[in-house]
Amino acid sequence: MIREFGFIDFMYLLAAARWTVALSGVAFLGGGLVGLLVALMRVTPLAPVRWLATIYVQAVQGTPLLAWLFLFYFGLPLVGLVVNPWIAAATAFAIYAGAFLGDIWRGALAAIPRTQWEAGASLGLSFLDQLRYIIMPQAVRIAIPPTVGFLVQLIKNTSLAAAIGFVELTREAQITNASTFRPMTVFVIVAAIYFAMCFPLTQWSRYLEQRLHVAR
Amino acid sequence: MSLVELSHVVKRFGTNTVLDDVSMTVAPGEIIAVIGRSGSGKSTMLRCINGLEPIQDGRILFDGAVVNDPQTDLRALRQRVGIVFQSYNLFPHLSVEKNITLAPRVVKNMSESEARELAREVLRKVGLEEKIGAYPDQLSGGQQQRVAIARSLAMRPQLMLFDEITSALDPELTGEVLKVLEAMAGDGMTMLLVTHEIGFAKRVASRVVFMHQGRIWEEGTAAETLSAPRTQELETFLSAVLH
Ligand SMILES: Nc1ncnc2c1ncn2[C@@H]1O[C@H](COP(=O)(O)OP(=O)(O)OP(=O)(O)O)[C@@H](O)[C@H]1O
Ligand SMILES: [Mg+2]
Repeated sequence: MIREFGFIDFMYLLAAARWTVALSGVAFLGGGLVGLLVALMRVTPLAPVRWLATIYVQAVQGTPLLAWLFLFYFGLPLVGLVVNPWIAAATAFAIYAGAFLGDIWRGALAAIPRTQWEAGASLGLSFLDQLRYIIMPQAVRIAIPPTVGFLVQLIKNTSLAAAIGFVELTREAQITNASTFRPMTVFVIVAAIYFAMCFPLTQWSRYLEQRLHVAR
Repeated sequence: MSLVELSHVVKRFGTNTVLDDVSMTVAPGEIIAVIGRSGSGKSTMLRCINGLEPIQDGRILFDGAVVNDPQTDLRALRQRVGIVFQSYNLFPHLSVEKNITLAPRVVKNMSESEARELAREVLRKVGLEEKIGAYPDQLSGGQQQRVAIARSLAMRPQLMLFDEITSALDPELTGEVLKVLEAMAGDGMTMLLVTHEIGFAKRVASRVVFMHQGRIWEEGTAAETLSAPRTQELETFLSAVLH
């Protein structure tokens, strides 16, 4: 039974987009925490700590995100942990984002010349103070564009969570399309909603870059 | 008692022996010029003295404390040993004032107003008080180097290490930096400076150390060593830098 595509369907799509935003937000926050830890681990003087972080990044970057989603959704119940799609998706995305953000931020930290660390050390600053007052403020500037770029990718990639039954924008679109059979209308609207989420981010990144540049 | 004492110091990078049984002392108030060809180990020696580079053998003492002992608090030591690099290494994201006050604020917990006063004081010493609000990229090389000196002075070090601090500067800018060094010498600061400015070394240094192939090849009073070298290597070196 096929029905007409109506305003209510549009509202359903918008409502589902909230879950896209929520999943992106949680993934970015969780991934940000993991990523910060990973980036710091990779610049510490302790070699085993660096290796651990490197292994994590390599393992996650070398495997498909979909595999992590399945692992958490179908795998965890096998060891007795019941997870709903929301928890499974949030965890998988945080792990995924953590590896990529960690790598981006490590690159930004590594872009600061070794002599900046040395100048700080020579003044008697501790490792953490060198990081906090000298390295991080300079690294943040370098990290902003690729970080926002990744966030945009992340928002679009949340559509993969549809595969484990998490109803976000793309999954809702599939459902709507199945009952209205208006793929053009539905998916053009969906594309427009994704665009409306991502475009302001890239603009904001430009603004931040400029502002930080002026303020040095 | 000497302020710095190196005894039989050996430093290797892999299999490359860069400091080979180096021994010397620096008495308080002494000004020692370290000269030598590129790669002879001059920078490495300075970096070992403030613990930026570990050593493989021998011993380095600063004011009675063993620098190369893992138990030694290097952070406490570095507050008392200033180092200025050839490439200035100012913090580009911080103003001149913040470059200078960062360590006093963070390491010594100085109040903001006290730190600002200190920044003014050390900037006056290097003749740059009016640049307190500038950023490093708004300054000439000579000015940046003087800010770097001021930044070190703000920690009130007992010893200053200078690593070819005028080598990256145009000749016109070299003079202003050397003048600052001369004033510090007049204040009685103990200094160890790597330099290619032979005339300056003659005028200001009390002693000259000539390094060659990781060893102290020749040393003595500035006047004697520079005008009457005892070894062929020093003679060759001097004629190369003077011509
Ligand atoms: N971090 C390092 N790793 C490996 N080798 C190094 C390192 N730093 C210095 N060396 C080597 O140690 C030797 C001495 O270097 P050093 O920088 O102390 O010489 P220098 O006398 O200061 O020379 P210059 O006048 O060119 O500054 C050189 O052979 C150099 O290649
Ligand atoms: Mg050198």
